[in-house]
Amino acid sequence: MSEITKLSLTELVESIKNKKLSSSEVTKAFIERSEKSKVLNAFITKDFTSALDKAKKFDQKPDLNLKLPGIPMAVKDLFCTKNVKTTAGSKILNNFVPTYESTVTENIWSEGAILLGKLNCDEFAMGSSNETSFFGNVQNPIDKNLVPGGSSGGSASAVAGQLTPITIGTDTGGSIRQPASFTGTVGLKPTYGSCSRYGIVAFASSLDQAGPMAQNVKDCALLQEVISSFDVKDSTSIDFKRSHYSKDLTNNIKGKKIGIPKEYRVDGMPKEIEDLWQKGIEYVRDCGAEIINISLPHTSYALPTYYIVAPAEASSNLARYDGVKYGYRANGENLIDMYEKTRSEGFGAEVQRRIMIGTYVLSSGYYDAYYLKAQKVRRLIKNDFDEAYKKVDAILTPSTPSSAFKIGEKTNDPVSMYLNDIFTVPVNLAGLPGISIPAGHDAKGYPLGLQIIGKAFDEQNILNIAFAMEEKINFKNKITDWWIK
Amino acid sequence: MSIDLKTIKHISKLSRISVDEQRAKKLVGDLNSIFDFIEKLNELKTENVKPLTSIAETTLKLRSDEVQSKNIREQIIKNSPQDNEDYFVVPKVIE
Repeated sequence: MSEITKLSLTELVESIKNKKLSSSEVTKAFIERSEKSKVLNAFITKDFTSALDKAKKFDQKPDLNLKLPGIPMAVKDLFCTKNVKTTAGSKILNNFVPTYESTVTENIWSEGAILLGKLNCDEFAMGSSNETSFFGNVQNPIDKNLVPGGSSGGSASAVAGQLTPITIGTDTGGSIRQPASFTGTVGLKPTYGSCSRYGIVAFASSLDQAGPMAQNVKDCALLQEVISSFDVKDSTSIDFKRSHYSKDLTNNIKGKKIGIPKEYRVDGMPKEIEDLWQKGIEYVRDCGAEIINISLPHTSYALPTYYIVAPAEASSNLARYDGVKYGYRANGENLIDMYEKTRSEGFGAEVQRRIMIGTYVLSSGYYDAYYLKAQKVRRLIKNDFDEAYKKVDAILTPSTPSSAFKIGEKTNDPVSMYLNDIFTVPVNLAGLPGISIPAGHDAKGYPLGLQIIGKAFDEQNILNIAFAMEEKINFKNKITDWWIK
Repeated sequence: MSIDLKTIKHISKLSRISVDEQRAKKLVGDLNSIFDFIEKLNELKTENVKPLTSIAETTLKLRSDEVQSKNIREQIIKNSPQDNEDYFVVPKVIE
């Protein structure tokens, strides 16, 4: 097996810049490994031939001043890629070929990276296990028949399985951080407004954010530097001074105040998660940070709030899939019948369920009781964080209440599936940045993650804390390549 | 509060998603368990709380109204399930 795919993004960039490796060699190595890794089902669309062409072109006239010179990279199939099929994991977009490029991917290609293909995800990013994808579930490289988490499951699997050196996902309620935690990788959900949402298939517009998923914190910082930009094409994009996340990365976190919220000690949390959290607290203390106990009193209301706000926004966003302008169409006796059949056949069960919840909470007579109520509670949740940040610089929590579970284990009980996101959802509701880093293993040897939540626009600070902790933790992912014969 | 079969059929109509009897029955169970979970919000008094409608409280910026994507009609039409080269085609609306 090629040693090239074992290299981190930072190492690959260096090797290409030093001319030790060519873009073609690197691209070929990842393609070869991906071809042997079909069992993982990480890809929905492969763009390998075109990737090799682009790599060859790069090598003929390499621009080594770029941040991602000739680096091949696969991305979640929620990002529109010009002239390359974009499905959002749904049958309803099975044939959709965008005429435009998302701003985030545009930023990546303009720094020299090369598209390898589009990665599997839960349908319209609705799921926590990648089992709602029309293109089948994804295997976690950690163990056979284990979910990679979701919704960015294909992205997490592809990074952990070394099918791509790095990738991007999207996170509406934990869809970057939870799969990162399940696969022993690093995942950052940036502040709302940091990365443009232009060209990303919309799920819940007030919560959606794109972010990097990587093998380590430094790689993650480098990609964040590339993708974060102010964009006039996204009306919620924010024009703030972005730091040079990778250049400014430091493990010096002396004197930083780290909050430990007591409400995250939830009932029934496995002891190994509690122990991991304790270990994390010791690590940051070892780095010279100060630990402060804090309270986020409305934490337990975050998931119920999320399951009103997100489906409500989804039901509006997904109204556009009507079988007229693009995507799947079913035959109907008349226009309305065509709409109803198209949406019934084109959307999977979870997406239909969420559209219906959203439609209900927005419908006449229920709007105030549900949607307005949820927006008010969302304010209380945000206020909790605002209060906490008067005392601390960042907050440390577990990323998930458990390690990865088996395929099929939670598909019949939507609420138990939703509980996966209990520690990640409050961060989206408050629009804050959060990063998950691998911090240990459970008794079965499956990875467990810790989450660092920052103040709005303070990505640099949580990246620094993550970087300092990473050094102390010295995590090694246990990947046996079981899927490669 | 509980959601019955009649409500499911009403929501399905509003959502423009046809559901058969069997699926509707399953949705009654699913949605009730989700709404049981959501009802927790009623524990909170929120009369005096201002709803949070946007996390990024910015004002919309103005820009000049210029065409940026030109001559892409053909590509756009190509994505449609049915067209006559100039228009999207849908089932007959007016008798």
